[in-house]
Amino acid sequence: MTEELIRVENLTMHFPLQKGLLANLFTKGKRFVRAVDGVSFSLCKGEVLGLVGESGSGKTTTGRMILRLLEPTSGEVFYRGRAVSSYAGRAMDDLREKMQVIFQDPYASLSPRMTVGDAISHPLLIHGLAKGSGARDRTLAMMEAVGLSPAEFLYKKYPHQLSGGQRQRVVIARALVTEPDFVVADEPIAMADVSVRAMILELMIRCREMFDLTYLFITHDLATCKYICDRIAIMYLGKIVEIGPLKEVFANPVHPYTATLLEAIPVPDPRYRRTHPMPKGEIPSPINPPPGCAFHPRCPLAEPSCRLNEQHLVDLGSGHKAACSLKTL
Amino acid sequence: MAQGLGRPFRAFAAMGRKYGVEWWILMFGAAVIAVIVFMAMFPHTLAPFDPFSQEAGPQLANPGGPHLMGTDNLRRDVWSRIVFGSRTILGVSVLAAVISSLVGIFFGLLSGYAGGLVDRGLSLVMDAVYVFPGLILAIALAAMFGPGVINITFAVAVIYIPTYFRLVRGQTLAIKQELYVEAARAIGAGSPTILMKYIFPNVIATTVVVFTLNVADAIMIEAALTYLGLGLPPSVVDWGMDLAMGKKYLASGQWWLITFPGLMISTLALGFTMLGEGLAEILNPRLLER
Amino acid sequence: MDTGSPMLSLEDLKVEFPISIGTVTAVNGVSLDLFQGEVMGLVGESGCGKSTLGLSIPRLLRPPGRIASGRILYRGRDIVRMGKRELLSLRGSKIAMIFQDPLTSLNPLYSIGHHFVETVRAHDGRVSRREALGRAASVLESLGIAAERLDEFPHQMSGGMRQRIMIGLALILSPDLLIADEPTTALDVIVEAQFLDLLDVLRKQYNLTIILITHNLGNVAQLADRITVMYGGTIAEVGPAQSIFDRPLHPYTQGLLASIPNIRLDEPKLKTMAGSPPDLVDPPAGCVFHPRCPQVMDTCRQDRPPLFARNGHKAACWLYR
Repeated sequence: MTEELIRVENLTMHFPLQKGLLANLFTKGKRFVRAVDGVSFSLCKGEVLGLVGESGSGKTTTGRMILRLLEPTSGEVFYRGRAVSSYAGRAMDDLREKMQVIFQDPYASLSPRMTVGDAISHPLLIHGLAKGSGARDRTLAMMEAVGLSPAEFLYKKYPHQLSGGQRQRVVIARALVTEPDFVVADEPIAMADVSVRAMILELMIRCREMFDLTYLFITHDLATCKYICDRIAIMYLGKIVEIGPLKEVFANPVHPYTATLLEAIPVPDPRYRRTHPMPKGEIPSPINPPPGCAFHPRCPLAEPSCRLNEQHLVDLGSGHKAACSLKTL
Repeated sequence: MAQGLGRPFRAFAAMGRKYGVEWWILMFGAAVIAVIVFMAMFPHTLAPFDPFSQEAGPQLANPGGPHLMGTDNLRRDVWSRIVFGSRTILGVSVLAAVISSLVGIFFGLLSGYAGGLVDRGLSLVMDAVYVFPGLILAIALAAMFGPGVINITFAVAVIYIPTYFRLVRGQTLAIKQELYVEAARAIGAGSPTILMKYIFPNVIATTVVVFTLNVADAIMIEAALTYLGLGLPPSVVDWGMDLAMGKKYLASGQWWLITFPGLMISTLALGFTMLGEGLAEILNPRLLER
Repeated sequence: MDTGSPMLSLEDLKVEFPISIGTVTAVNGVSLDLFQGEVMGLVGESGCGKSTLGLSIPRLLRPPGRIASGRILYRGRDIVRMGKRELLSLRGSKIAMIFQDPLTSLNPLYSIGHHFVETVRAHDGRVSRREALGRAASVLESLGIAAERLDEFPHQMSGGMRQRIMIGLALILSPDLLIADEPTTALDVIVEAQFLDLLDVLRKQYNLTIILITHNLGNVAQLADRITVMYGGTIAEVGPAQSIFDRPLHPYTQGLLASIPNIRLDEPKLKTMAGSPPDLVDPPAGCVFHPRCPQVMDTCRQDRPPLFARNGHKAACWLYR
């Protein structure tokens, strides 16, 4: 295994619920949205970890905490062995040269008043990596690399003049122009048209090889993970319930939630029929997660003990871990 | 040469078709302003007489002949006074609007972005100013500052600062939440950079429209102040003052002394208003387009 | 399933949106038949015209969108030329529609029960409130929702439940046809699967004909009897679901199928499709897909292909002349 690039330890995010002055005066104890509840994992240089979950799972919040766009309630993120929280102010801004993000909505993540060229070259200027025509040249090269061609022509365009696929390429170019080590991709293809998704995915895979990148690939779509991820981590209500090498988890899902997710994915084959029924109900609110194992109210295998005991990730060998005491015994 | 002229005309007409009536409103406003600006910049080409000369012609002469707009009781040519007066009114209103906008936009950005106590404090101050009816506050300030072109400019400027402040602060608050601002943070931009390169350019569009309407309003306030006798010495040529002077003669039939300054004030204000309204309609994103 | 004459028939339908820079032809000459009892999957990417088509059928297009030409025949009556009164009685009781976002479709100030009562009484003012609520309760039961929830408000319910309420509102008047416009796009994967299962059950229970509009071919694979693939405002391919998945004819359909992730298959890469969706103000001449087509021929650049039959279904492609 190559060197560890990112390590996340017990990352937690509890958003306080604001209820208004009077309500706060009269109710004892604050209520929290337990968005992320003690998440730990690590990423080695060059690998792609898929962070998979439905809405309310905490995956996006985790991504933001790793990049310190959000301050965690507790827990720590280590980059190359050094705690990210130890970087203060300007030092943190400098660190961002190496840790970048690709957001879900390419239209919203580009300022409508900045040209494509300005948007992509801006990180270079911020980090003092290039100036003037040097920055422009590097930007043009980057644009060609991601398929924004002819680069000279598109350099002066504004985001609203581009197609959705091109905009996402701009976002990718901007993220990679400073040659970062680590990129958090938060649902990068969710908003793209179906025919464009494959293109973006392929671009990301190519860039990974070209620039020796490490990705945290956040998504709700397990099927896409198959094409880009080495390992995946499944999140449910703020906790990781299963983590391991992709092929292993797909072939032998241990946690009932993982199995359910795999079953639920629509399969573009008319002959296919699901073998297991879907669980009832929906994801409970993260304000009041169920006691014990958060999945127990919907779990087909649930037993009384599941309500009482909190689950922890148990090692099943070859990097595969699952947080279900019933199945890991 | 005819061909060279033809292209801009065609482009003009094309814009007219594209934007419809708002374009023509905007053009009309711009034309009015252009004429008066020309008046202000090259007064000697238009004014046959010295505006201060008390020997321009007979006293209270009717409009016509050598005196397009007649003469006043001091035998000064009204038209020449109108021409020279345009400098004062334009100068004061535009300068006041510029000062207002710079101060208001600056504090609006600061307040919206910083939030917390800074925001509360600034908002409180701005709200206090905003609550005063504009003209009354202007009168109070003008009386306080004393006469003079600079003083009157400041008096008018203060009134509009809260307008820009509120507009920009509201926009800043909204834009602060946008994903591209978070993206800017993610690439490592510091707060000043984010304000300058990401927030400000997205805020500026609406302020342009407010600016033109601001000038229109400032014109009226300036005229009102000088009409009331506050703010300017007789050594300055001003439409508002002439309006005040001309009032006395209306009853005795010398209508041109008050009418022409009054018409000019309204026309100039109208010009800016039309410019602003036309701009507002055109700059509005068309909801139906992709 | 297919018995005799179609229940709904679209004849050369054209829908336009005049905007400042020109006219967007969102639906460009679509002809389609729908038979009683079948589920038709209407599939395509954003901008292909599928939602516009769905909205046109009960004439729910918002101005400036308008039906420029063509006929929409429901049991022989042309909806496009229908008078207001007849149209209003058609909507809800014969043709019902549900949309993507249930939160904005429900009025936050009124209880769920109120929504049902209002819907029932809009069509028949003689029905008492109690009776309407009674009917609502039995509909909810078939949806797996307890009757007590009729007193609740939309914000008290989860997304999946709200979407089920929407179906309930759509079904309470026992319509023939249900048009579902991207009903699961805003839902999580597991809830989506639950919802599609529910649709399958309801369809049999209420003897429904369903048009399921979606951009996700996976959604319709098991549920749909027939599938219509749309591109650039036209029909690219139409036919039985099985046929289309097994032997896709149109290069667009082939490209689409090759580019969607299939978790059960073992291919290592997704195929990409070159180019981007067409400009609907100024669409390409001839076949609207030709600029992106890997098998483009000269005819394609000039003439628009009609639907040709092959392999048990039809595709609008000159390859099959």
